[in-house]
Amino acid sequence: MTRKSRRMYIIVVAFVLLASATALVLTAFEDNLVYFYSPTDLKTKQVTVGRSLRLGGLVEEGTFVKLDDGLSIRFSITDGAESVPVSYKGILPDLFREGQGVITEGSLNEKGDFIAHEVLAKHDENYMPAEVIDALKASGEWRGDEEGQTTK
Amino acid sequence: MSVFHRFANPNRFLKLTNTVLPWISGITVLSLLAGLYMAFFTSPPDYQQGETVRIMYIHVPSAWMAMFIYSSIAFASVCSLIWRHPLADLAAKASAPIGAGFTFLALATGSLWGKPMWGAWWVWDARLTSVLILFFLYLGHMALMNAFEEQERGNRAAAVLAIVGFVNIPIIKFSVDWWNTLHQPASVMRADGPSIDPSMLWPLLIMGLAFKFFYLVVVLIRIKSELIEAKLRKYRRAVVDNA
Repeated sequence: MTRKSRRMYIIVVAFVLLASATALVLTAFEDNLVYFYSPTDLKTKQVTVGRSLRLGGLVEEGTFVKLDDGLSIRFSITDGAESVPVSYKGILPDLFREGQGVITEGSLNEKGDFIAHEVLAKHDENYMPAEVIDALKASGEWRGDEEGQTTK
Repeated sequence: MSVFHRFANPNRFLKLTNTVLPWISGITVLSLLAGLYMAFFTSPPDYQQGETVRIMYIHVPSAWMAMFIYSSIAFASVCSLIWRHPLADLAAKASAPIGAGFTFLALATGSLWGKPMWGAWWVWDARLTSVLILFFLYLGHMALMNAFEEQERGNRAAAVLAIVGFVNIPIIKFSVDWWNTLHQPASVMRADGPSIDPSMLWPLLIMGLAFKFFYLVVVLIRIKSELIEAKLRKYRRAVVDNA
C-alpha cells in the first residue's frame, strides 16, 4: 500500500467513525434538540406543572379571544389531533392570526392551560406574490392550507 | 491525478488565473446588478411577509455560500492531507475569511428578518445554532492556520479541523427536517421541486450565481497574492544570502 492510499484510508475511516458517533449523539439527545413540543407530545409526555417549555402548532380557528384589558388574549394551539388552551399577555408578532403556525414559551398550570410569556410566529416554506393569491381567491381557485391567508 | 496536478505549478496557475479573472469579474458585476435590481424592484411582495421577503435575496445566497465555501475548504483539506497538493492549503487559507464573512452575513440578515416575522432576533433552534457553530468553525480554522511557528503544522491542524467540522454541513442542511425548528424547511433545494413562485425564484437564483462568482473572484485574487508573496520572500532571501 502506498503512503497516499494509506492516508486516504485513514481519513475515510476516521470520518465514517466520527459521522457515526455524531449521529448517535444527535439521536440520543433528540428530545433536547427539539425546539418545541406539539400538543400531542404534551399529552403523551406527561409534562410536570410549572416546568418551562415551548409549545408549537397552529392557532385553532375560532378560538382567538381578546380579553377586556386589551392586552391579554386566549387561543388554542392544535396539531390536528390534540388541542391546548393558551393564555398570553403581551405584543403579538405581525404574522400572528388564526390558522397560523406559532411557537409559545411558558408552562402548564394545574388546569392544563398553557401560560405563555412569549409568542413567536412560524412561517412556512411557501413564497408567493400577494397579487397571485388575491387573483386565486377572486376566482375561487385558492385551495391553500389554513396558513395561506393574506394578512391585509 | 495528472489533470489534478497540472495546476499544481504556481506559474501555470497564475497564468490561468489572469486569463479568467476579467471574465468572472464581469459576470459577477452583471449578475449582481441584475439580481439586485430584480430583488428590489421587479420581484413582487410576498403574500404573507410583504416587503420583508426581500431580505431573502441576501440571506439565502449568503447561507448557501457559507455551506458551499466550507465544503470547498473540506475538499481542499482532503487534497492537502492525502495528495499534498501545493495549492490546496493556499485555497483553504484564502477561502476561510470569505466563508466566515458570508456566514456572518447570513446570521445578521437572518436576525433582521426574524425580528419582524417571528418576533425574535435570535432563538436557539437547531438550524440557527448549527449555523452559529459553522461560524465558530471558520474562526477556529483561521486561528489554527496561524497558530504555529511552522506554516506546515498550522496547515495540517487546520485541515484536520476542516474535515472534522464537515459533519456539521449535513446537520445544517437537514436540521429543519430532523427536528422541530422555528426556521421553516427548505424552499428551493427540496425533493418535490421549489415551493417558491418563479417571479421570486429567478432573482434568488441570479443572486446565488452572483455570490458564487464573487467568491471565485475574491478567492483567486487572494491565492494569487499569496503566491506572489511567497515569490517575494524567496527573492528577498536570495538577496540577503548574496549580500
